[in-house]
Amino acid sequence: MIGSFNLVGLIVDAIAIGTVYLLGCIGETLTEKAGNLNLGIPGIMCCGALGGGFGIWLCSDKCTDLAASPAYMYVLVSILCSMLFAAAAGLIYALFTVTLKANQSVVGLVLTTFGIGVFRFFAKKINKDIIFSGAHYYFKNLFGYEGDNIFGKIFLSHGILVYLAIIIAICAAFLLNKTKVGLNLRAVGENPATADAVGLNVSAYKYAFILIGSSISGLGGLYYVMDKSDGTNFTEAAIDSFGWMAVALVIATMWKPLVSIFGSILFGAFYVMPAYLPLSRNMNKLFAIAPYVITVVVLIVIRFMNQKNNQPPASLGLSYFREER
Amino acid sequence: MTKAQNSISVKKEPLFHVSKNTVLPFWQKSAFLSGGVLAALIIIALISVLLIKQNPFKIFSAIVKGPFLDLWSYLQSAAMLLGFAIAVVPAFKMKYFNMGANGAVLMSCAAAIVCMKYLPKVNIGGSAMPNWLIMIIMTVAGIIMATLYSLIPAIFKAFFDINETLFTLMSNYIAAKFCGYLIYIMDESKSGVLNIVNRISHKGWFPKVGGNNYLLSIIVVLIMTAFMAVYMKYTKHGFESSLVGESVNTARYVGINDKKVMLRTIALSGALCGILGVLYAGSISHTLTESIGGLGFTAILVAWLANFSPLIMVAVAFLVQFLQTGTNYVATSLSLGSTDFSSICVGIMFFCVIAAQFFIEYKVELTSRGREFFHIKGNVKMVEGGIH
Repeated sequence: MIGSFNLVGLIVDAIAIGTVYLLGCIGETLTEKAGNLNLGIPGIMCCGALGGGFGIWLCSDKCTDLAASPAYMYVLVSILCSMLFAAAAGLIYALFTVTLKANQSVVGLVLTTFGIGVFRFFAKKINKDIIFSGAHYYFKNLFGYEGDNIFGKIFLSHGILVYLAIIIAICAAFLLNKTKVGLNLRAVGENPATADAVGLNVSAYKYAFILIGSSISGLGGLYYVMDKSDGTNFTEAAIDSFGWMAVALVIATMWKPLVSIFGSILFGAFYVMPAYLPLSRNMNKLFAIAPYVITVVVLIVIRFMNQKNNQPPASLGLSYFREER
Repeated sequence: MTKAQNSISVKKEPLFHVSKNTVLPFWQKSAFLSGGVLAALIIIALISVLLIKQNPFKIFSAIVKGPFLDLWSYLQSAAMLLGFAIAVVPAFKMKYFNMGANGAVLMSCAAAIVCMKYLPKVNIGGSAMPNWLIMIIMTVAGIIMATLYSLIPAIFKAFFDINETLFTLMSNYIAAKFCGYLIYIMDESKSGVLNIVNRISHKGWFPKVGGNNYLLSIIVVLIMTAFMAVYMKYTKHGFESSLVGESVNTARYVGINDKKVMLRTIALSGALCGILGVLYAGSISHTLTESIGGLGFTAILVAWLANFSPLIMVAVAFLVQFLQTGTNYVATSLSLGSTDFSSICVGIMFFCVIAAQFFIEYKVELTSRGREFFHIKGNVKMVEGGIH
């Protein structure tokens, strides 16, 4: 049994699927630190995936001089488009929750419906064959690693977005904990009235970090389409459930970006685990519930580790209105 | 003046001043809401001109025509949407964010389908089980299943304060994957798709009302709605759950056991989901798929837009479903080839109505700088607190 258990493969797969969670989770963490609970993450991820597809279409179909351009142009343009599309979706969310002070959960749910609808509508218009027959290779295997070394397989065999995600996570942790902007941001999320009183522009902070958070989450969708599914799975069904898992992961990792790097790999491991266990087909079907059950279990365990420094931002989910008493 | 002081003091006065509105009269509220709907229709018209390159009037006539082509089917879809909204309302009144309606309906449907499939093979005293008994057992099984399934997150919320939003979201996926497993077991061909159960014998199929396939579910949902309207407004239980939603501390102070109220309310919500699931099994689809129902999210929005009033929810649910069916018809009739246009349209509609609610709740006035900015002359009214 142990001999046939492919641990290295499991870890590699866990990192691969975990990156989707990681990107979504970092984006949502930054948004929640500004006091906004964004339940529109699945829709935003879909917009990000659509933006990536659009970027590649720009490179290959629209501009012939770009078509001859090197691979990094494809990657760069589609990452930029992906972030732009996701930020546009985030802008809708920010407009409604910050300026119009609407219920954050409700706006998030509408955004999820809307984003998935937009994705499905436009994804049909992008010629998948041309795009994904070649373009996804540019996203895979950044270092061109081919060997069989365990270290190489685990650390060197991934695509560019995996490394980018980890860099983003470290940057986010640094920003939140070591910089003045991060301190201000946390103040806005904990108690906007106090932040306002010391002269911070609460709306500006909320807008900025909702947009930044959304564009990072959008990369999760791009990563899933281009790297994880090898460009074959340009559909919303999977992205949808990954988006919710990312939101759950934020709570499970206690709003700490560095913890979320390991949390996402752990969640990813649970997701791919059934494929690595010697199960009958019936049991395999039943094990599809495992990642979701484990998510719930993790939420419960985290709740029982109740400490002062793993609580949500105090004003999470509440709109700030200066004149409210 | 130091640099830091400078950056604070030179802030310009904003153009608008936003303040809380007093309660508006009914006509003004409805004017704002219809304004929102109108704005949504204009945006939808613009988008359809840009995307589908069609005359907007042609599109609107198709939207209006769509639901009437298959009126009964439209009424049934709208009724089911209303049913979902009715099922989540007591939970939301209590500020319990129950996203798990999809999962509860699915579990109930699964329980009922299992009964439908295996009970006719059971013999009682040498003869097959009578049809009425099958129907009763599957109904009870479905309702109990959904109630218990909804209670799990509620118990964790009540006793351990676990975030119910994510718990119920995950429970949707758990239910869907579990149903995938059940389908795989029950399906003899192992194709992953369960055929219509008892297609020939019609065992466990609910009777048609007045020879109409659709009427039974509509009637059941309307009874549910009437029940909920009375329950929320006139019963002690309904009052207690809305009190817990308004302020847990007040509720505790007057001697209400908030945990008990929460569990009771969620059990009711789950039982209503159970009824919907049994309707899917016995009257609507007669089969089980991983995505049956799936109206939970839209239903939350319907309930929220209707301000959790069951009677307004009737209107909202039928309107939203009208738009959905209509835009679906547009998508198919104008050879758009996809029904995804409808979820974009419904999204736009919800966004516009949410924006309209902002103007109901808040008053937006121009400040003196705003008046200058827009070149509005006349009596400049200084707005208090407008200078920041």
